[in-house]
Amino acid sequence: MTDFEPVQLEALLADFEETRESLIPLLQEVQTQYCYLPEFALRRIASKLSVSLTDVYQVATFYSCFSLVPVGKHVVQVCLGTACHVRGAPRVLDRMLRDLKLGTPGTTQDMQFTVRSVRCVGCCGLAPVVRVDNNTHPNMTQAKVRGMLKKYRSKEDRPAGEADEVDDAEARVHS
Amino acid sequence: MPTLKINGISVEVERGASVLDAARFLGIHIPTLCHDDGLTPYGACRLCVVEVSNSNGNGRTKMLSACTLPAEDGLVVQTHSAKVEKARRLLLEMYVATCPQSKTIQDLASKYGMRQERLAPKFDNCIQCGLCVRMCEEQMMAGAIGFAGRGAKRRVSRPFDITSPLCRQCGACLYVCPVCELRCHGSSAESTLCNGCLNFSTVCFQSYDDAMCFLDPCHACEVGGPFRSDVPVKLSTVKSAQQEK
Repeated sequence: MTDFEPVQLEALLADFEETRESLIPLLQEVQTQYCYLPEFALRRIASKLSVSLTDVYQVATFYSCFSLVPVGKHVVQVCLGTACHVRGAPRVLDRMLRDLKLGTPGTTQDMQFTVRSVRCVGCCGLAPVVRVDNNTHPNMTQAKVRGMLKKYRSKEDRPAGEADEVDDAEARVHS
Repeated sequence: MPTLKINGISVEVERGASVLDAARFLGIHIPTLCHDDGLTPYGACRLCVVEVSNSNGNGRTKMLSACTLPAEDGLVVQTHSAKVEKARRLLLEMYVATCPQSKTIQDLASKYGMRQERLAPKFDNCIQCGLCVRMCEEQMMAGAIGFAGRGAKRRVSRPFDITSPLCRQCGACLYVCPVCELRCHGSSAESTLCNGCLNFSTVCFQSYDDAMCFLDPCHACEVGGPFRSDVPVKLSTVKSAQQEK
């Protein structure tokens, strides 16, 4: 996650026309660059585009692609659409939450993962589907969860000794 | 100047007027919760639903909200047909379940002769009519409150839940709110449905084929008349009454 710097915001704002229409593209750009929409960015955007802060807040809270709280390095979207649900997505989600020590979908304490449940990602033939960042993982099972998370967790952030534990767990599952 | 027919009466209204405006011009009362004359039409509460068909239509009707429907040439509108009344009664039942503490909603429910409430009360403090949001933005020129979230999580809120410096605490949002005013509980015990204002005494013989007499309030039509949902309509008696006239 990058810390938000006001200078970068000003550079971003310069690229967009100062009209109401550029509100959503601008919010999308801020979201992709900084993983969330900080409060002061929304205030700055509102004054720059002459849109009331209420409207900006309304748009920012309406679309699920925008987030007002910092999200983790990797966004994990577990599809809970009908096809995925039938093929065991709730179990995959439960397993993932347990592995990441989360009670409900959210962000882990080390800011590595944000788990979200989504309705349908539009590839029901691959159910159950998990999307991590822009990669789609088809045919997920509970057994695959750990290995997948391990792949994304960067090595330096991993507590010492956990690697062996993960390998052991996987070995048990596969045997 | 579009000319349309409301409950069989031809009316000519100004361009840009809505069907609700036209009906009110004729003195026909259509219930609303989200409408205010000084604010843009919103079409959220659906209580102003009317049955609409074209003059050249094949008898098929649509159920549309009168406040957002522009008055056009050749529209044929029924504001109080049995179908409309049934839809309104169902809506009211849901509104009562959402906000049983609201006087405005309980009054409307009494007016529509609601005797039963089949849904569990929720005691929400908002029906999301959007009156306060529009009032703040359009009349008070502040825009200090707005909607946030969507779907079941949609709510009226201030940006970041901090009182905006734009808010002058004028109280206009409270003034227009249909839910803020609490109902009286009367002498009876607390219940979901109030019905304290139902009037059973008046008797009225004026009823037409698909419409009421529009005396406001005419409790007789609503309570004992042919448009009660639980009493089957006796068309023969209605027609004979018309023939006598």
